[in-house]
Amino acid sequence: MIEREVEVLNRAGIHARPAALIVKVANQFASNLYMEKDKMKINGKSIMGIITLGAAYKSRLMISTEGPDEQEAADAIEQLFLNRFEE
Amino acid sequence: MAEFSILDLLDLDLKEHNHLQLTCIAGRSGLSRKVTNSKISRPGLPLSGFFEEFSHESIQVFGRGEQQYLKKLETEDHLESLERLFSYPIPTCIFCDGGKPSLRFIEIAERSGCSILQTALGSADFTRGLIQMLDEIFAETITIHGVLVEVYGIGVLITGESGVGKSETALELIERGHRLISDDTVKLRKISDTYLIGSGENPLLAHHMEIRGIGILNLANLFGVGSIRDKKQVQLLVHLEEWDPNKNYDRIGEELTETLLGIAVPKLEIPVKPGRNVPIIIETAARNERLKKLGYYSAKEFDQSVLKWLESESARNLYYSNEETF
Repeated sequence: MIEREVEVLNRAGIHARPAALIVKVANQFASNLYMEKDKMKINGKSIMGIITLGAAYKSRLMISTEGPDEQEAADAIEQLFLNRFEE
Repeated sequence: MAEFSILDLLDLDLKEHNHLQLTCIAGRSGLSRKVTNSKISRPGLPLSGFFEEFSHESIQVFGRGEQQYLKKLETEDHLESLERLFSYPIPTCIFCDGGKPSLRFIEIAERSGCSILQTALGSADFTRGLIQMLDEIFAETITIHGVLVEVYGIGVLITGESGVGKSETALELIERGHRLISDDTVKLRKISDTYLIGSGENPLLAHHMEIRGIGILNLANLFGVGSIRDKKQVQLLVHLEEWDPNKNYDRIGEELTETLLGIAVPKLEIPVKPGRNVPIIIETAARNERLKKLGYYSAKEFDQSVLKWLESESARNLYYSNEETF
C-alpha cells in the first residue's frame, strides 16, 4: 500500500468535475484507491464519495492505493492534484 | 464526533417527538463550551453541599426538585454550594418544566461563563430525549462504501465493488416504491450493542445518486419525498459480487453474518450476472427477514417438514414391511 498526502490547489475545491476526473484516472488502474479527510475514508472510484468528502481549497487529504499497480496509480492521482485538475 | 459544543446542541435539527425544545436564556458566552460525554447529572447532591464524585463534565439538569431546593437556598441565603458548583467547568445547566432561574443564579452562572438553557419539557421526558440524542452523537462510527435502502421496512445495506451495480439496484428498488437513505457513502453509528443506524455522511448531499451514463440525480426531486429517508437501522447486509463459477453460493438458507462495529448483521451474498434480477432478490430477502422477525424461518420450517415427512414415511415403510413378515 502506498500513502501520499496531497493538497487541494484549485480554488473551487473538489466539486463534480474534479471528482469525475479522479474517478476516471483511478479506473485506469487495477489498484484500489482510498481518500481520507478528517477521519472519513471513502472509495476513490466513486464520484459521490469524493464529493461527500467536502475537500475545499487548501484542504489536505491522504490518498492511498493498494494493488498490483499501486505505484503508478498513486503517481497519477498525485499529478492530478498538482495540476489543479486542469483548472 | 470530535467536538460537540452547547451551540451544536441548540442547533440540532430534531423533529417531532425528539424535539428537545431548548432555548438559551442566559450566559451566551458559555455556548462554546464542549460536551465530552453522554452522561447527564442531576445536581441535587452538590447543591446540598456534597461534591464527592460530582460529574462536573456532564450537562446539569435542574428538574422541579432542584428548582424548589434552589428557591429554599435563596430564601435562606445559602448560596455557597451554588458558587462552588459553578467553580467547576460544567458544560451547561438546563432548567426543565419551563422553570426560570433567579437573577442571583444567572449572575453566578454568567460570572463563571456558563450558559443557562431552558426547556418546556418535564425532566423525565427531557432527560430521556437528551440521553438518546447524546448517545447517537457520541456513538462509535464508521463510513463504508455501499448503498442503504429501506425495503418493506427493513434497512438493507448493499455493498460490493465499484461498478457491480449497487446504485442501479437501488434505483430499481426506489422505482418499486422503496426508500433511499444514502448512496455510495453510508455512515454507520453504533447506538447500542444491538442497534446499528445508517445515514448519509452529509445531509446536504444526501439522497443524490450517481448513475453511469446519466450523471448525478436528486432522488427526492425525481421520485418525491416518499422515496427518501434520513436514517434507518441496518438489519440486512447484501453483498453483490461478480458471479464466480468456482464459488459455492448459499442454496438452502444458511445464516451468514457480518460484524460491523461489533454488531452481527445477517448477510447475503448475491452473485450478479446479466439477466439476474437483483432487486427482486433483495425484495424477497427483505420479506424473508420480516418473516424471521415474526419467528418464521422458511428454510428451517421446510427442513422440519422434510424431516417429519421422512420420519413418517420410514415409519410407514417399517410398519408395512413388518406386516408382510408377520
